[in-house]
Amino acid sequence: MFVNRINIELLKKLLMTFGPSGSEEKIRKLIKEEIEEFVDEVKVDALGNLIAVRKGKGKKIMVASHMDEIGIMVTNIDDGGFLRFTNVGGVSPFTSLYQRVVFDDGTIGTIGMEKLEEIKDLKLDKMFIDIGLSSKKEVIKRINVGDVATFCSPFVYQKDCIISKTLDDRIGCYVAIEALKELKDSPNEIYFVFTVQEEVGLRGAKTAAYGVNPDLGIAIDVTMTGDTPKADTMEVSLGKGVAIKVKDRSIVVNPAVKDFMTEVAVENDIPFQYEILDAGGTDSGSIHLSRSGVPSGVISIPCRYVHSPSEMVYISDVTNSIKLLLKILEKEEINI
Amino acid sequence: MLLKKLTMANGVSGNEDEVRNIIIEEIKDYVDEIKTDRLGNIITIKKGKEGFPRVMLAAHMDEVGLMVKSIDDGGFIRFSLVGGIDERILVSKQVLIGKDKIPGVIGAKAIHLQEKDERNIPLKVKQLYIDIGADSKEEAEKKIKKGDYITFNSEYVRFGNNLIKAKALDDRVGCAVLIDLLKGEYDAWIYGAFTVQEEIGLRGAKVAAYNADPNFAIVFEGTLCSDITGVPEHSHITKLGKGPAISLKDSYTIFSKELNKCIYETAVENNIKIQYRQPSSGGNDAGAIHTIKEGIPCAALSVPCRYIHSPSSIMSLDDFEGCKKTAKLFLKGIKKGEYVCE
Repeated sequence: MFVNRINIELLKKLLMTFGPSGSEEKIRKLIKEEIEEFVDEVKVDALGNLIAVRKGKGKKIMVASHMDEIGIMVTNIDDGGFLRFTNVGGVSPFTSLYQRVVFDDGTIGTIGMEKLEEIKDLKLDKMFIDIGLSSKKEVIKRINVGDVATFCSPFVYQKDCIISKTLDDRIGCYVAIEALKELKDSPNEIYFVFTVQEEVGLRGAKTAAYGVNPDLGIAIDVTMTGDTPKADTMEVSLGKGVAIKVKDRSIVVNPAVKDFMTEVAVENDIPFQYEILDAGGTDSGSIHLSRSGVPSGVISIPCRYVHSPSEMVYISDVTNSIKLLLKILEKEEINI
Repeated sequence: MLLKKLTMANGVSGNEDEVRNIIIEEIKDYVDEIKTDRLGNIITIKKGKEGFPRVMLAAHMDEVGLMVKSIDDGGFIRFSLVGGIDERILVSKQVLIGKDKIPGVIGAKAIHLQEKDERNIPLKVKQLYIDIGADSKEEAEKKIKKGDYITFNSEYVRFGNNLIKAKALDDRVGCAVLIDLLKGEYDAWIYGAFTVQEEIGLRGAKVAAYNADPNFAIVFEGTLCSDITGVPEHSHITKLGKGPAISLKDSYTIFSKELNKCIYETAVENNIKIQYRQPSSGGNDAGAIHTIKEGIPCAALSVPCRYIHSPSSIMSLDDFEGCKKTAKLFLKGIKKGEYVCE
């Protein structure tokens, strides 16, 4: 009944499609085409959120996965053809150094830095992108101030794990898409929302939640782990099951929602772990404060090296997340 | 001149009355509806034609300033900041306090009384006070109350190559642009909002946008400009005299690409200088507006201002004219059904 294997082809397409915050056109088109035949209605709101509906008579559930990814935006092009840039979302200068970035038109550049006395002084305004062109005149034929780029790194599928850029949060999009495809008849009315601009401040989810006005909100996103050498203490490990969020910087999960998710996991023998995240937040942070308040929770996929070009997840955690989401959506009685 | 009148008026966040009164007087004959909402925003409506979009135009009335915290036994006034002010610029500046505009000077421990170490550390607000010439607490209290608002005392001066120097250009220049726009005629429905409390967290715009519920919004601002010798080009943000600046991204908003393209092209087609504001930190009312209800695409068109949030900001009257002209042409060019998202 369940997908225990992963649809590598779809996942790879999702991970490799361009979509930094505010420029989600291509990833939105891909997801729209992928899900259209499985839903009753699809629309795009004024900010660019993709909202797909499976009609039903029960509770209105909003499932949110964000389509956007971190990246950079060009701020200035100098006479020598070097591009200065700023971050779009949480981009560390240290993980960015000497990485490659790719623009919407396919142009690839290397990130370099000015000469520094000490590497600890590294900041984004001391760095630049070199696309191999030697004058501003040549550069502006292809790239202009305001253009955005994402990091580029190859997709790796290796035994039990995936290593890739943008698992945050295309893996959440993947989980939602697979659950949506598997979902037969549900008593509930389900809004699968693929949100924009999560990485710059949970912005898309805010307007989407206002529009949907749900009874229950569930975000699907990655979470960090505490299972690497000398990591910060955190009770989440790769391969130990889907993580049910208890708290992060953006939300204290409604205990009724947390208990409900736990109950569904236990009933269906789905391995799970509780997640308390010290830093970061996700779309539920916006959803739960919409209108007069929405009980909200989060299904998290444990992920190492979040916001780097080499994020890592275990396939078993992904399939368990799909199972949990599906079982929640199929639930007849939701008393929250 | 209207801009002079607007910058000389006092309107620190939460105390926008004086500015509001000038604006209402100026625009009331040009709009179909006008009201002041519960937070103090001026909301105006200019009715358009059927099928044309609802456009919100916003400029904030408030400015950064100070507030009286306490008065000591010697009659000196301690104060706190309202909005983002670089504390290092405060010493020796002239201020006006309260409704009666009592003049004062910001004082600090004299240099000859400072230890060697102290001289190397910029003075904090806690170490500063305002001297109003009173020699006791009782005398000061006759003129000043705790909670009184304080503004910089700074003249509007025209100088250089069509430049002006004034306080509060952020965002009285935006108010002046918006006033001018409201005097024009358009097919689109124009919701003009003069907002309060932008400088302390984009607060007025939030409720104004909820109320207006437009198809899209344009924010008019005075924005950062650091085009100074020695500052690397990629940190200039904007350049004085190179036309109004259109925002791409700041700390609170990623601006609408569609709107930006149309506004930029409007300027270029009409031979008006226009520039992009380099993506950087900072923010304006669009940060609150664009996530209201089901989402409102936003653009921001700003007049570059050097030394923003200080008693003496500098801007170019040419950029100001360019801003008004570009916005007016764009608004007049809006077609039926355009920008309406269903």
